[in-house]
Amino acid sequence: MQPINQMKLEFSSKSNNEGFARVVAAAFVSQIDPTVEEMADVKTAVSEAVTNAIIHGYENSNGLVRMKCILFSDAVEIFVEDDGEGISDVDLARQPMYTSKPEMERSGMGFTVMESFMDKVEVISEVGKGTKVFMYKKFNSLSKE
Amino acid sequence: MKVKISYKGSTLIAGIIGELDHHSAEYIRGKIDSELIKATTKNVILDFSKVSFMDSSGIGVIMGRYKNVSKLNGKLSVINVNDQMMRIFEMSGLLKVIPTYDNIDVAMNKM
Ligand SMILES: Nc1ncnc2c1ncn2[C@@H]1O[C@H](COP(=O)(O)OP(=O)(O)OP(=O)(O)O)[C@@H](O)[C@H]1O
Ligand SMILES: [Mg+2]
Repeated sequence: MQPINQMKLEFSSKSNNEGFARVVAAAFVSQIDPTVEEMADVKTAVSEAVTNAIIHGYENSNGLVRMKCILFSDAVEIFVEDDGEGISDVDLARQPMYTSKPEMERSGMGFTVMESFMDKVEVISEVGKGTKVFMYKKFNSLSKE
Repeated sequence: MKVKISYKGSTLIAGIIGELDHHSAEYIRGKIDSELIKATTKNVILDFSKVSFMDSSGIGVIMGRYKNVSKLNGKLSVINVNDQMMRIFEMSGLLKVIPTYDNIDVAMNKM
């Protein structure tokens, strides 16, 4: 299937950009007119990935987070990348309730939320280099049988 | 982001207004915890009717408040949770420890 539109965004690892990034992703996706629920799913998943890049990837130091969205007639692919710390054990990190920062009141549910709100989530990470999260969602409301 | 504080007897009702994410979590925590240290507060109801967005950071905020309220032998419940947020509540296991109710009156009765 051919992409119908795409966008790239790069922003500082500041917490006020969490809201900015998820609103941009939702606005971009809205042009194909998914349901309100489907838009909320995308918004929440983007918020999780971007928040992780900011608090875990860069641990509140300065860095850049990149987001790329590729839109299809009935689906979207979203990439969220940082050049931060990286994850040493991705399988462990993806487990529900696993968090490396329990003292910061993190619940360890970010990846679980991404997985349940999107149709596909892939994580590529290298310690000291950074993390790339790829997500895909098909909008069932738009797919023609 | 705002937290509207009100009381019904010794029950603190914290109405969270706006988006509940990592960015706003610190502020919400501070607002509620500074009320908790007042000796009069015992039980807490978190009103989600005006929460326009929540991600997993919200689970951390709720669980953190639950722990603090429990230490003071109080109870905590959440009211007016929409479907999207309820899905996150469910998958996190939060519902096993924290009751959710439709409105303040039901919550006041049950607590
Ligand atoms: N971009 C990233 N860079 C480095 N480590 C990461 C990154 N994303 C996730 N992690 C690691 O994976 C763990 C699990 O992430 P997840 O989002 O599921 O939970 P959390 O962020 O700890 O808590 P929550 O999202 O519920 O607030 C994190 O605690 C962190 O150790
Ligand atoms: Mg997270």
